[in-house]
Amino acid sequence: MAEKPVAEQAGVAAPDPVAEILAALSEQYPDAVQADTRKGYSGIVVRPEKLVEVATALRDQLGYDYLSSATAVDYLGKGDHLEMVYHVYRIRQGGPALVFKALTPRVSATLPSLISVWPGADLQEREAYDLMGIRFEGHPNLKRILLWEGFNGHPLRKDWKEAYYEQDQKPFDSRWPGGKVHRAEENNPYGRNVSYPDDFTLEGYTPPDENSIYAGLGMGVSMQELASPGLETERLIVNLGPHHPSTHGVFRMIVTLNGETIESLEPVMGYLHRNHEKIGERNTFIQNMPFTDRLDYISSMSNNFGYAMAVEKLLALGARYQPPPYRAEVIRVLMAEFTRVVNHLWAIGFLLNDLGAFFTPALYAIGERELILDFFEATAGSRLMCNYMRFGGVFKDLPERIQGIPLLTNDRVRNEPTMDFLDSLINERLPRAVDELDRYLTKSEIMITRCEGVGVLPPEMAIAYSTAGPVLRASGVPYDIRRSDPYSIYPELDFDVAVRYNGDIYDRYLIRLDEIRQSIRILKQLLPRLRETEGQPIISGTKAYSPRVPEGEAYGRVENPKGELGFYVISDGGQNAWRYHVRAPSYINLTALSEMCKGHKIADVVAVLGSIDIVLGETDR
Amino acid sequence: MYGLGVLKGMGVTLKHFMDTYIEDIQFLGKGKKTDAAFQIRQGSRARSLGLFTVEYPEEKIAVPERFRFIPFLVTNNLDDEENPGKDWCTSCGICPKVCPPQCIWIVRGTDPETGRPKPEPEEFHIDIDLCMNCGLCAEFCPFDAIKMDHDYELASYDRSGHHIFDKQRLSKEFRYWRSIAPTISAEEAEARGGWEHKDTLKEKAKAARAAKPTQESAES
Ligand code: SF4
Ligand code: SF4
Repeated sequence: MAEKPVAEQAGVAAPDPVAEILAALSEQYPDAVQADTRKGYSGIVVRPEKLVEVATALRDQLGYDYLSSATAVDYLGKGDHLEMVYHVYRIRQGGPALVFKALTPRVSATLPSLISVWPGADLQEREAYDLMGIRFEGHPNLKRILLWEGFNGHPLRKDWKEAYYEQDQKPFDSRWPGGKVHRAEENNPYGRNVSYPDDFTLEGYTPPDENSIYAGLGMGVSMQELASPGLETERLIVNLGPHHPSTHGVFRMIVTLNGETIESLEPVMGYLHRNHEKIGERNTFIQNMPFTDRLDYISSMSNNFGYAMAVEKLLALGARYQPPPYRAEVIRVLMAEFTRVVNHLWAIGFLLNDLGAFFTPALYAIGERELILDFFEATAGSRLMCNYMRFGGVFKDLPERIQGIPLLTNDRVRNEPTMDFLDSLINERLPRAVDELDRYLTKSEIMITRCEGVGVLPPEMAIAYSTAGPVLRASGVPYDIRRSDPYSIYPELDFDVAVRYNGDIYDRYLIRLDEIRQSIRILKQLLPRLRETEGQPIISGTKAYSPRVPEGEAYGRVENPKGELGFYVISDGGQNAWRYHVRAPSYINLTALSEMCKGHKIADVVAVLGSIDIVLGETDR
Repeated sequence: MYGLGVLKGMGVTLKHFMDTYIEDIQFLGKGKKTDAAFQIRQGSRARSLGLFTVEYPEEKIAVPERFRFIPFLVTNNLDDEENPGKDWCTSCGICPKVCPPQCIWIVRGTDPETGRPKPEPEEFHIDIDLCMNCGLCAEFCPFDAIKMDHDYELASYDRSGHHIFDKQRLSKEFRYWRSIAPTISAEEAEARGGWEHKDTLKEKAKAARAAKPTQESAES
């Protein structure tokens, strides 16, 4: 019953937009496009030679101006090709994604780069090159991004095995019934699983020195030249990070300065890379849920939400699928909106840190966060790594009381009915906290001087660079998935999509305040819904640890606090995902960092980065 | 006036600063670190806007029932009349299969005479360095035999020697589970139909059924 208003409200087009688009495209490019007819798949398959042309037509004639996700899939043993999958959206009209794909052989895989059509493809194509080994012709800076230059192989390919490799898929046979415990490190203490290129000898290896690192970064500046005395130059390369408090983790920026002004900036990342996607493909579907917590670890609840939605889309391809019950959806939205509040409080606090107001604003901002985390802890069992959503619902209903059980020495007990707790949190404390932050910071002249007009991202660029979330909306693009491609119970909730028009740091700060206020508005509407649905089921069907997931592909996306978080999941009917890709907003928003920083002072870089609000757990995956 | 915004902002800081002392005065003589004071300071209706911190380790926030930190294995109470200390785990193999980082190792028990598997684990190991505290093992165990602990103070000086927990280190009495999770354990007991292990309850029911007809036939 909830579906209908969704379609009406958002003006979502007829059920099969793909057929329409396909018809329009095949008129122009009769041999280049065809429908993807594999079972459970949808979208359009494009011949690689025509890829750029078709993409341009999609953007200019059909209005798909926003490239959301670009990723590669390895079909080893199932057709033996690599496939590049693109999800594009119409940012003005909203509506669902259009998927198109291009195939390339596994050996010497090459595809044309789409960076000229959507500059937002930049980092994503580099990622596909790094992890899958597809070369993109026409990409100006095609280098590894998450792994180091000397890495051997492309780890997301199905025939690549990681160190301590045990088996292709979990559960591992060695755990039961004859599970003799061992530590993986003990099996190969000196890392024999490390692989080297064929012509490599350890004796002959000399590590690259700093010169070649910088030369390799394509800065167009030779260190030797800069260092040599007598040469009159004002240009200088400054290396920021990776270990620096203002980079929010281990993130590195290499900045070329002319005087104090930034000429170019190159982000270097991957220090926290753990091949999350490969781990996800080893995991069974349910096993992967707690791993999604570790992406953007400040927003684990909504990470869960996105992943659950993606897998539910796959489950829905089967016959006996039941959608999550109403109460489950209410609770999910409750958690997701609380997460947004937590995240934005955190982002504002730490933006101020980056501006030099060390930790006082941050600590004021995250006071209320503690209470929200207390609620998460009492409901899900953990403050940060919530692992709360399940396919078809949530883990457990809200507890009756927020109550501590004393166990350790000096344990102090707090005990309140959950609904009272939520009541006063949502109606009193959170609004008070936001107002206080507002009073504290918004009018501060220092804040205004540092932020206004700095790091400006014009709207066309924000769209072209595939930025999402507050960054996109602060640039005057009112695009919010909760409205544009609605999910869960958002259609029946009353809230405004916050938007600001200057696209500078100050607006990115203000928009977070706006969004917290909107979230509180949503939370207030959820309270009566929680009361009405008390005692109703919170999960559909029976909870199974190995649900049967039908063959097919699905893209589940949610409006995460940091932007669009998408999960592209392919099932081949087995217990594990064949392909699991995360469209990480923290990562893709960085595509525009360089543009935002150009022409500003070195001290502003840190503030601009803070205003994008990244979490390295998600950036590096 | 330029600078007014900054000054107003400073006003907020000053208020926070003062509030912290006002809060202290509030609890003067009554003690700040009692449960009652704690409820006021950390509850959702906290009146003060002062310092919102807990002075660990002199006071700690008692964790809620659902809190999860490293699993433990439930056994019968040690003063149980029939089977003191018996494992609840039947080594069914679900938790090692569902565990995401695959940190559970179980050797299934076998009957030394018949060589057939018997429903208890011979060895049970959890590498707590790998355990991600997800709670899936506890969620899917059909025998309520593995539960998440609340004791998070596990720091040790050496990881290699101490962080693979064996069965003995993992086992805790059922009464411990009851004490840290009164509501959940009661719900589970209701679902099982009694406070004992599922299989024990089944056997008892079977015995009762078997006893009944004989009684009746004896009477008639
Ligand atoms: S799921 Fe429960 S009964 Fe089965 S092996 Fe694990 S602890 Fe034992
Ligand atoms: S809590 Fe999770 S990671 Fe730890 S043993 Fe249980 S299933 Fe494995």
